[in-house]
Amino acid sequence: MSERSAGATIRRGLRLSPELRRGLPMTLLLAVVATAGRVIVPIAVQQVIDKGIGSAGVDMGFVGAMVAGALGAVLITALATAGMHIRLAKVSETALSGVRVRAFRHIHDLSMLHQASEQRGALVARVTSDVDEISRFMQWGGLMLVTNGGQALLALIVMLVYSVPLGLAVVAILPVIIWTLRWFQRRLDVAYRIVRERVARMLAVLAETVVGAPVIRAYGAEDRSRVRLGDVIEDHRSAAVRAGSISGAFSGTGELLSALVIAAVFVVGAILAADGRVSVGTVVAFLFLAQLFVQPVQMLGEAVNEAQTAAAGWRRVLAILDIEPDVSDPGPDGVDLPHEPLSVGFRGVDFSYSDGGPLALVDVSTEILPRTKVAVVGETGSGKTTFAKLLTRLMDPVEGVVEIGGNDARTIRFRSLRDRVVLVPQEGMLFRGTIGDNVRMGDPDAGDDRVLAAFRRLGLADWLAEMPAGLATEVGERGSALSVGERQLVTLVRAAIADPELLVLDEATSAVDPATEVRINRALGELTSGRTVVTIAHRLSTAEAADRILVFDSGRIAEDGSHAELVSAGGPYSRMFSAWRRGTSSVLERD
Amino acid sequence: MAPTDVIEHALEPERAVARRGMALIARQLRRARREFTLGAVGTVVYAVTTIVSSYVIGWATDSVLLPAADRGDVTTASLTGVALAILGVAVFRGAGIAFRRIGAYAAQYRLQQRDRVDVTDRLLDLPVEWHRRHPTGELLSIVNADAEAASSVAAPLPMAFGVLVMLAITSVLLVMTDPFLALIGFAVGPAIAISNVAFQRRMRVVVAQAQQLRAEVSEIAHESFDAALVVKTLGREDIEVGRFGARSDDLRDRMVEVGRIRAVFDPLMEALPSIGVLAVLYVGALRVDQGLLTAGTLVTFAYLFRLVALPMRVFAWLLADLPRATVGWKRIEAVAEAPGLIEYGKGRLETEGGATAAVDDVAYRYRDEAEGRGISSISLDIPPRSTVALVGPTGSGKSTIAYLLVRLFDPDQGRVCLDGQGLLDLDRGEIPRHTALVFQEPFLFDDTVRANITLGADYDDEAVQRAATLALAHGFVSSLPQGYDTIIGERGATLSGGQRQRIALARALVRNPRLLVLDDATSAVDPAVEAEILDGLRTLDTSVVIVAYRRSSILLADSVIFVEDGRVTGRGSHDELYARLPPYAELIDAYEREEHDE
Repeated sequence: MSERSAGATIRRGLRLSPELRRGLPMTLLLAVVATAGRVIVPIAVQQVIDKGIGSAGVDMGFVGAMVAGALGAVLITALATAGMHIRLAKVSETALSGVRVRAFRHIHDLSMLHQASEQRGALVARVTSDVDEISRFMQWGGLMLVTNGGQALLALIVMLVYSVPLGLAVVAILPVIIWTLRWFQRRLDVAYRIVRERVARMLAVLAETVVGAPVIRAYGAEDRSRVRLGDVIEDHRSAAVRAGSISGAFSGTGELLSALVIAAVFVVGAILAADGRVSVGTVVAFLFLAQLFVQPVQMLGEAVNEAQTAAAGWRRVLAILDIEPDVSDPGPDGVDLPHEPLSVGFRGVDFSYSDGGPLALVDVSTEILPRTKVAVVGETGSGKTTFAKLLTRLMDPVEGVVEIGGNDARTIRFRSLRDRVVLVPQEGMLFRGTIGDNVRMGDPDAGDDRVLAAFRRLGLADWLAEMPAGLATEVGERGSALSVGERQLVTLVRAAIADPELLVLDEATSAVDPATEVRINRALGELTSGRTVVTIAHRLSTAEAADRILVFDSGRIAEDGSHAELVSAGGPYSRMFSAWRRGTSSVLERD
Repeated sequence: MAPTDVIEHALEPERAVARRGMALIARQLRRARREFTLGAVGTVVYAVTTIVSSYVIGWATDSVLLPAADRGDVTTASLTGVALAILGVAVFRGAGIAFRRIGAYAAQYRLQQRDRVDVTDRLLDLPVEWHRRHPTGELLSIVNADAEAASSVAAPLPMAFGVLVMLAITSVLLVMTDPFLALIGFAVGPAIAISNVAFQRRMRVVVAQAQQLRAEVSEIAHESFDAALVVKTLGREDIEVGRFGARSDDLRDRMVEVGRIRAVFDPLMEALPSIGVLAVLYVGALRVDQGLLTAGTLVTFAYLFRLVALPMRVFAWLLADLPRATVGWKRIEAVAEAPGLIEYGKGRLETEGGATAAVDDVAYRYRDEAEGRGISSISLDIPPRSTVALVGPTGSGKSTIAYLLVRLFDPDQGRVCLDGQGLLDLDRGEIPRHTALVFQEPFLFDDTVRANITLGADYDDEAVQRAATLALAHGFVSSLPQGYDTIIGERGATLSGGQRQRIALARALVRNPRLLVLDDATSAVDPAVEAEILDGLRTLDTSVVIVAYRRSSILLADSVIFVEDGRVTGRGSHDELYARLPPYAELIDAYEREEHDE
């Protein structure tokens, strides 16, 4: 998507979260009061000096009244500030929690999540750090922008009311301040961009060193790594110090500029005072007012920076929310699948992973009858995985129709589709939690007895008995406490408890020890009986055992038939088969 | 940083936090002395000129403004004097501010750099066994986030020092000028300090809780996105949203609480100095009335109050950063001073040609999540120039033996020898000079093909090409856009698994190792190509140990060592073992089924 300007992004973000505007008038009113309070003290100073401590002696009555009034105003200001903070925190945190959850839900609807695993880290950032940045802006930078802007405006008004010429003297210096600000800002932007690049580089080399530690040790490459690391760490330091130096010089210059304002107030003030056009109190009040006017202008740079960071975060979140889900739930208008083994039909299906990109599937048409066991084979990139993803409606075809149980897949309600059609992915994807929790993902309502029954049915009761705590055994983060094969076992039971009518299996390729292999095969046999099964096969034994084999080549179905038929046909399958017989290929595909 | 650590620290008694915080500050001051000196000079200039500037204002009021207003008495000279005085002081004050901040930044980044170098230095020297026990993510966050956290105390330090100087000078001036005005200062100052501390105490706990929740939210998102396929195909999205939403709401509640605390503190911090100024005004007016004070001095103090009160917030920042900083420091030290560095002997190997390797009654137990697994009492000999295959079921200990042979692990018991010398007695660098282990997972650096093969050692193009040719990598490397100078990209993502394995193999071969250990190093290579590679290795003057999963590669070995459950249960030729050892025959049959499925 094109880069939106920071302002446009924030406006769009506000539209997206109407909650952010809830009670806004009241919050703004409080902000106005809170800001207005800041000019009270200078006014009191002026009044006391001019009227309280006149040449006619000190009027303590007046001073007392003035100070008491100002005190009251200070307290009201404090209360208004408190109210503003509370309201702002409530509204923005509530709205952003909503954005966070909405983005999380939306990302689950996007196919990029399972297509490009390397983007997952970035997607996590969309629902965490990006949203945090917006929140920080709402309560700090954005608030500062509003209140400081108000403060500068108010100080300016009060100054002009006190004395137009003296006020103009202050305003005259403003262009110098703004010009300096922008000069520094440009240099800071460049400097901090370099810092960010160096941080990324440092982290990359660091990650490499940590992950590659055994290689570095085995090859005695420690010194080379030390030098590489030392260099990138120093590169980061020098860039960061450079940016810091610019920022430090900026602050110093800012101080000089406010002194310029003060000097101007004094000189012009003295000249005006000599003519009797301003009082001493007014000049002294100006010293405070000028500060109130100049400070926000100086902080403007910082607030604008924060606004840009927040806008960048918001832009990334919006960019995600803007992506149309590849597949959408037909909702209540959709049809439900029957509780019986399902047929599958592909009618002239084309598919491409990118708009106008090369076709991953070209004009695929086929019919799979209920209770058939079909093996899909083909080289990497031939289209067999794409076939499986269309079959489970993880994606929709670009052209043509996929039918499940005689219905266009796009018209089937998600609830029903996910209940009846289950995909078992290659790696056993488990969540932190117990074995029981992971199995119950197939059917959240299943009790322990049903889960145990599923283990028994798949012939895995003895395996479960070996687990330290049975169903309550913790599987660790991503199932790390179990072996690869054991994770597959759990996913098979999970599929069994879901009790689907159409089962799509992505066969695992990783080596599993023979004992677990035997268990997996037995469990698979039980799981697949009586269902329609489509297996993305990597092994010949699987293909051989299927009722029917679909051979994919360059996105088309090149061959279709039983093992015996295809072997005697002398086509690609028979070539694959004989290469494999000779032992030059361990799996049914070659890169 | 583990958020739980922060919470623990947040709940610790104030004094303990303060004590460790002070220790950290002392350490950081020592470690960036030059940078802090610059900051200290800057901050003292800043503090002094801040006070001078309010005196200049008072002086200008008394000597120029009042006469002008009273008698219409302005001269160009007096106006120029005032302007120059104000600007002159500002030049110094501006320079002071600039150097104070530059010093703070320089110190902060110097500290980060030193901690990062210390930690990574240690990481490079710690044994592989230690690395296995420490997750990558954790180590990365120590070098990155914890180094940053520990250095964060440096940022407010020069400013805090300046404020202390300013407070000291102001107190003296106040007492000297007017004890009554001084009383106001002594009332308002501590009030600001106390509310700062009270604020920090409450804020710290809530912020730590929010940090913990933030980590949990992120963890749920990670796990959920990783398992997206399962979530989607099982239609579990709503349950996932519920799980994520609940944590997100908890986080929201904590953040609202943060806002609430701020809502009390922020206005208070704004009001206190204002109240101080008003009090100065009232008391000052009284004193002027009694003829004890001039209007100019009153202006000076009113102005001074504003200038000094605001920077006092720096103590709040310092306090806010301390818990996080001390936790970061603790975690840095845990690595930078981790015990158990590898010790080396003085021995050197003067031998040439295929090496003799011996494993004598060696036991090794894993201490990481593979806890309890390992090998027990293994002995084996690798004769010079022989090819020995290590065969056994998954988890039987083959890779462990491979690691022990090149001293990536040190045995718990027994010893491993190379040419008769114990590995522990050999000098640093001696083992990599004579041996090479090629790993199951080829690890490639984000660098050129050439650099990945040489790893920075001094090999000429011819040697690199020879090694690549032997590893059957020369062909595809030559067809890469820049040949050997092609940058491989992170973790070698642009190459296929087999290609990456062949580059990793070339990396070993270029070193002419006398003992070559292949830990299933050609698993992603086509069997026919693998056979060709292994055949090529026979032409070398080297001993080869190969952890094998394919019958074809086992057949190429001179002898086979069969490992089961951490023990050697058979040795001999393949035919012998196949004939007399049923578990061996079973395993080979299983491999064969996988390969040929007959």
